[in-house]
Amino acid sequence: MDKIFGRPKSLRDIPTHYCSGCGHGIAHRLISEVVDELDIRERIIGVAPIGCAVIAYDYWDFDCCEAAHGRALAVATGIKRVRPEAIVFTYQGDGDLVAIGCAETIHAANRGENLTTVFINNAVYGMTGGQMAPTTLLNQKTATTPFGRDAKSAGYPLKISELLAQLSGVYYVERVSTDSPVKVLAAKRAIKQAFINQIEGKGFSLVEILSACPTYLGMKPTAAVKWVREEMTKEFPLGKIK
Amino acid sequence: MPKITIDKERCKGCQLCILYCPKGQIRPDKNLNKKGIQPVVFLGGDCSGCKFCAIICPDAAIEVYK
Repeated sequence: MDKIFGRPKSLRDIPTHYCSGCGHGIAHRLISEVVDELDIRERIIGVAPIGCAVIAYDYWDFDCCEAAHGRALAVATGIKRVRPEAIVFTYQGDGDLVAIGCAETIHAANRGENLTTVFINNAVYGMTGGQMAPTTLLNQKTATTPFGRDAKSAGYPLKISELLAQLSGVYYVERVSTDSPVKVLAAKRAIKQAFINQIEGKGFSLVEILSACPTYLGMKPTAAVKWVREEMTKEFPLGKIK
Repeated sequence: MPKITIDKERCKGCQLCILYCPKGQIRPDKNLNKKGIQPVVFLGGDCSGCKFCAIICPDAAIEVYK
């Protein structure tokens, strides 16, 4: 009897600090599987964000670096320019990439840096206590929008993937989800494509992963993935954007 | 016959594997693990080796054998 599925080599055999049902665990594993399959473990350098995934470097068994909040793509730009043979990727959440790091993100994308970005969109700030993020849906209740997000005072959900797709320097943008096994497999294909693009020198690639945050959605994990599938994908439609 | 193994100490009890198992072969365990979390347990019956449980597991706690 052969093992047909197990923990990838690039994922350390230690428990993660993530909450039950958190999408970060799935995203970490997918990146590790892709790194193993492409055999780039000795070449890859990850840049961890600030947010729930701040100690992602403890879980990945390859070289990693930590960046200040939102500045992952700026740090990754520096690493890539000094070590052009390295495969550099950033792993960022919505508060990191869309809120405080919006300027760095847009300019790194606009420069067409040959980087890969894995963007975890869970529509809420997880690490700091469930506050509203730029990607929070309208009428979604969070710690700072207790009556639901109101467009008059808090604006609209920011679709950074569509925004970046308009830039000439961006080569590949795809939005995927982790709400079901089939979507997880599609997410893995997208992440793999984003890394292959970088290996082939095509330019900036971004994969947006819709992910459940059961703790701050106030739902069981099984209800949270349903919410992602039914509510979040209305605002953030899945598929290849560019 | 394919089978899965679940690392009970790694399981955080999100039960996403139960939600997506097409054969209904995973159930919540009767006993808690060392962290006080109710893990899941494989019933050992009709498993097709589809890997859905392992693919959706956020904690990489499931291994599949075929």
